[in-house]
Amino acid sequence: MATKLRARRHRRVSPTSESRPVQWLLIGIALAFMAVILLLPLYAVFHEALIKGIGAFFAALGEKDAQAAIRLTLLVAAIAVPLNVVFGLAASWAIAKFEFKGKAFLITLIDLPFSVSPVISGLVYVLLFGAGSFLGPWLKSYGIEVLFALPGIVLATIFVTFPFVARELIPLMQDQGTGDEEAALSLGANGWQTFWRVTLPNIKWGLLYGVLLCNARAMGEFGAVAVVSGKIRGQTTTMPLQVEMLYNEYNAAAAFALASLLALLALVTLVLKTALEWRFGDEIAAAAKH
Amino acid sequence: MEVRVQNVRKEFDRFPALHDVSLDIRSGELIALLGPSGSGKTTLLRLIAGLEMPTQGKIFFGDTDASEKSVQERNIGFVFQHYALFRHMTILENISFGLKVRPRSTRPPNSEIRRRAMELLDLVQLSGLEKRYPSQLSGGQRQRVALARALAIEPAVLLLDEPFGALDAQVRRELRKWLREIHDRTGHTTVFVTHDQEEALELSDRLCVMSQGRIEQVGTPDTVYDHPTSPFVFGFIGESSTLPVTVENGELWVGGRAIGLPAGDAGPGEARLFFRPHDVDLIEADASLAGVVSTARRVGGTRRVELEIGGAGHLVEVDLPFDHPAGEKTRLAFRPRRWKLFPAG
Ligand SMILES: Nc1ncnc2c1ncn2[C@@H]1O[C@H](COP(=O)(O)OP(=O)(O)O)[C@@H](O)[C@H]1O
Ligand SMILES: [Mg+2]
Repeated sequence: MATKLRARRHRRVSPTSESRPVQWLLIGIALAFMAVILLLPLYAVFHEALIKGIGAFFAALGEKDAQAAIRLTLLVAAIAVPLNVVFGLAASWAIAKFEFKGKAFLITLIDLPFSVSPVISGLVYVLLFGAGSFLGPWLKSYGIEVLFALPGIVLATIFVTFPFVARELIPLMQDQGTGDEEAALSLGANGWQTFWRVTLPNIKWGLLYGVLLCNARAMGEFGAVAVVSGKIRGQTTTMPLQVEMLYNEYNAAAAFALASLLALLALVTLVLKTALEWRFGDEIAAAAKH
Repeated sequence: MEVRVQNVRKEFDRFPALHDVSLDIRSGELIALLGPSGSGKTTLLRLIAGLEMPTQGKIFFGDTDASEKSVQERNIGFVFQHYALFRHMTILENISFGLKVRPRSTRPPNSEIRRRAMELLDLVQLSGLEKRYPSQLSGGQRQRVALARALAIEPAVLLLDEPFGALDAQVRRELRKWLREIHDRTGHTTVFVTHDQEEALELSDRLCVMSQGRIEQVGTPDTVYDHPTSPFVFGFIGESSTLPVTVENGELWVGGRAIGLPAGDAGPGEARLFFRPHDVDLIEADASLAGVVSTARRVGGTRRVELEIGGAGHLVEVDLPFDHPAGEKTRLAFRPRRWKLFPAG
């Protein structure tokens, strides 16, 4: 009997698993760490935001500059995210479905924004479009302002968030290969029909996943946008910039009210992201790696 | 539709996958492209389909030059080894796809598309599964859907790339028979790729044996099996044994001994003898191939022995009746009933 029991236990325990107490200890450490690093700040944000009551909270959000910041953030995301979807689709299509010289270089290039500090990304645009550059004054002569205006903010945001869609789609498309597309073409579909009816449905969940991450970053980006925006109150301050400005003016309640919206966005993103991974894990390349 | 492949050469990054291949495919026939992995079968099939473009040479569909036409314009049906079904579409939607993407002027009305798809579903014996998704079908069922989908566009030519390659042996045999039936019923000109000789021999009207980017032999299964024109084909199709021999005085010699086979019109010198292990007579004559049994094993209804032929000790395989008393070290003499001589080397 005893040997039987032991045999069963041996079969159940995989060679890489630790003993029970060690397991609990490790899980405990991880949970404690998460509580301190993630949950506590999150709680602090909402606590500070509501410290003067719900009325003050909504008053702070209804304030003119706060409204402008929210509108600007939504506008920037509404421009940057669709553009990055198009760029990301084009780049990953090219990389996954064609053979060409310089492919490895292109893949490295796509990763560049992840390895460069956002502040540097912003500075690049200052150099490109600033007063001392060639492009800036030339565009200005046509009445187009890039720096310290919407175009600059959008450009910096696009640069910083470019990799999200492409990096999600490249492995997914490479994994799926060109078989389905070839089948569609052999059945008489043209390139456009093949894309809409076969390629896009095959990657839709992966694409949505990429868009979600891209959007979260686009709305939350601080560094790159801070450099190019000029922080003109009510005009070129996005939500993260507005939060910082309010905080520096010792208006903590208003700062945290706005910050709580960003935190809410993060939470919604997290829930959707988890739901996607759980439901469509096999159709999302990143889920396998995360 | 008759298909002519004319002096086609295909290179991938300078590496030739096909050298100067020519093949006439007759209208309505079922022809197999047979060869070892890497011999260029898929490449030839994809060139016919228009999924690849030849580096040199032309491909004719009937009298029209199809070489410059796109895959859509060629109107072919292609069945892929790994099915390539559209996973987010139901079986019915998969089969209807080719008709639904047609331009409005040539697209049948929806009710007609549905009727045709259901008819095809019936033809491939999957009625009742139209609402399922590909992931809910077995491998064999998926491949039948893939075939129905390809047939839906009424292709001029049906091309199948190792259609049963991913299936287990039992399903494979069933589908083989079934494909033959469908072909006989629909009469499409069909080209199918396989590396399985049994499949090719059983299924095809003619087979085209390929090796290293070249066509070795084209003919009916009987011709190719009974009259191989090259050592490669002899070795690749069916069982074979081979032995170096010397041609002298119009006879074949092994190890200084005449073996009782006439040389025919082969000139004197070194040559290679090929025969089938089951195609031999055991004899007790001086002029024979004689050797000592080194191993013996039971293969189906016969006993296959490996003989070490006297002299240089070459090994050949010969089939004996299963109740033959030969064991290890037994001395046996035989003579091939049918054989073929190829130049040495
Ligand atoms: N897209 C490709 N790029 C480079 N080489 C290829 C490509 N397709 C096939 N080849 C090469 O061409 C040769 C023939 O391949 P293939 O036609 O697939 O052979 P088979 O189908 O008989 O196994 C192989 O050596 C293969 O490596
Ligand atoms: Mg192949």
